Amino acid sequence: MSTFYFLVQQTMFYSIPLLIVALGGMFSERSGVVNIALEGIMIVGAFISLYFMRSMQGTISGQLLLVLSMLVAVGSGMLISLLHAYASINMKANQVISGTAVNLFAPAFAIFTARAFIGVQQVTFINQYRIAAVPGLSSIPVLGPLFFTNTYITTYIGFAILVISWFVLYKTRFGLRLRACGEHPQAADAAGINVYRMRYAGVLISGALAGLGGLVLTVPVTTAFDGQVAGYGFLALAVLIFGQWKPGRILFAAFFFGFMKTIAAAYTGIPWLLQLGIPGNFFKMTPFIMTIIVLTFTSKKSAAPKAAGEPYDPGKR
Amino acid sequence: MNIKLNRLIKSRGFASISASLGAILIGLLFGYIILLISNPSEAGFGFMTILRGGFNQGVRGVGNGLYMSAPIILTGLSVGFAFKTGLFNIGASGQFILGAFAAIYVGVKWTFLPDGTVWIAALLAGAIAGALWAGIVGVLKAYRNVNEVITSIMLNYIGMYLVNYMVVQTVFNPTRNESITPSRAILPKLGLNQIFTNSSVNIGIILAIVFAIIIYIILEKTTFGFELKAVGYNRDASRYAGINEKRNIILSMMIAGALSGLGGGILYLSGAGKHIEIVDMLAPEGFNGIPVALLASSHPIGIIFSGLFIGHLNMGGFYMQRYDFVPEVIDIMIAIIIYFSAFALAFKAFLEKVSKKKGGKSA
Repeated sequence: MSTFYFLVQQTMFYSIPLLIVALGGMFSERSGVVNIALEGIMIVGAFISLYFMRSMQGTISGQLLLVLSMLVAVGSGMLISLLHAYASINMKANQVISGTAVNLFAPAFAIFTARAFIGVQQVTFINQYRIAAVPGLSSIPVLGPLFFTNTYITTYIGFAILVISWFVLYKTRFGLRLRACGEHPQAADAAGINVYRMRYAGVLISGALAGLGGLVLTVPVTTAFDGQVAGYGFLALAVLIFGQWKPGRILFAAFFFGFMKTIAAAYTGIPWLLQLGIPGNFFKMTPFIMTIIVLTFTSKKSAAPKAAGEPYDPGKR
Repeated sequence: MNIKLNRLIKSRGFASISASLGAILIGLLFGYIILLISNPSEAGFGFMTILRGGFNQGVRGVGNGLYMSAPIILTGLSVGFAFKTGLFNIGASGQFILGAFAAIYVGVKWTFLPDGTVWIAALLAGAIAGALWAGIVGVLKAYRNVNEVITSIMLNYIGMYLVNYMVVQTVFNPTRNESITPSRAILPKLGLNQIFTNSSVNIGIILAIVFAIIIYIILEKTTFGFELKAVGYNRDASRYAGINEKRNIILSMMIAGALSGLGGGILYLSGAGKHIEIVDMLAPEGFNGIPVALLASSHPIGIIFSGLFIGHLNMGGFYMQRYDFVPEVIDIMIAIIIYFSAFALAFKAFLEKVSKKKGGKSA
């Protein structure tokens, strides 16, 4: 039973960032901008916020510092996503190319800055944010050990973002307009919606959430950020596609991939998996292979936003 | 004379070259600013080191620059060829490392081949491995409509872990945690090392140029190339015109993969101390192919020059380290160059629109 609890807790650490980043990607793509830059934005968000955390951990401590760092991650993610937004919305650039530029820029920027200002590539920080047991809730049988022990506030924030995202996308005027811009921007424009502004909003939300996701991913699993998020932004993109651009399904997809990733990271701690004698490299491959398999069976009927990837051209109206 | 000049300015080639040069200038400028911020007193010196590239070390440096350029010209061709046929091959990294492994494996294990032919078999193996790896992407795209960008990215990671596993199982040097040297499959130098003394330059750069020309001929002068491009423009229209669009998508990816795989073979069969290291890091040469292709607007001949340029910058970054600069500034510059070359596409489309309008009026 304790192995099971351990697996669920670990799965949270890997699934919640995927959930957050994929939801971010959802806002961007539903507004009509393909955001392949999620990986790069995660790196920038994680790097700047951890650099902030590292510099402040002498003055501020505890959960407050984590919350402040999360705000920094959100802000820096939005800032870097502006590059992508400007290129793909104003300059009508190829969105995949502009996203690739951000992805190439991010790790180089993180490593360069760290080496120029800290002297080494790794950004180290003290992890003082683990909550061993949530008072009261952790004593609930089964649910307590599953969700309220060995946890981080980021887990609950992740679920809150899910609920808010669902509400914003389906129950607000903003959400309806955003979706209209991703499906048929010319019609949206004709109805008086400012397509450029909605698309900026979509990309900025994705930047905020991807930046946050970078921090949320890094804090529980390491204490030395190394200028990379190990393909997580790309996995989030796959989660988004597997989740068919819908919040509920994205939740399911994020946990599916998070579990795969957990197995890959934690198999040495699970005796019966270790005894199978499968080489570690194959465990590491599994999430990526599963992504391809899942996409093979789900891509024929794709619910992708119809105008995603196309620059808005008012002349086509 | 004036008319000729006018025509030159209005031509598509001129527009793309001037847009690329603009992007390069902006990238260099940003690089200089970054150096100024991080180390004001040495910035000018560091920047000159980048600009000098291989020339920092005379003929040896230039030779090494050519050696480093050959694989990225090939991955650039791989990305560019896919672009021309409507596919974004972000998977060059995986194809490259699989090709490298196959080449090393054949170079080490196929001892039955006579001397002097091993390198040919090894390079062929590299190309085939790259083609098969990219073929997966093509098949899934053609038959299951799976987005090639996502599959390629996933296959980059799968390829990296797979190669790490296979190197350890087959051609491993445990004391150095890397692949062993395929000493019987070292590429011939063709006397180039007489010109560029003490450098690692070999037949690779010549092969890269030859393949660029071959790809140019395929794309521009053959029916096959025309069909590939037609599928890229409009899949449904091509099918309606009687083109087997599924087969063409798969072939496009396989040719792109073969080029990347060949690049992997060329880099690792040099005998210049390059080995596959067992680390969880994607091969950067594959990603360098993207700026190389974009800078040249995917034109095969242009890719030769943009590959030489990016290789030159990387050499500059290598020499810059001696003066305590962080070489990642080169990657930042390259990222900025790509970012602005994405603008360049828009700029070019704009120029074309303008010149079309004018042309229409005068005619």
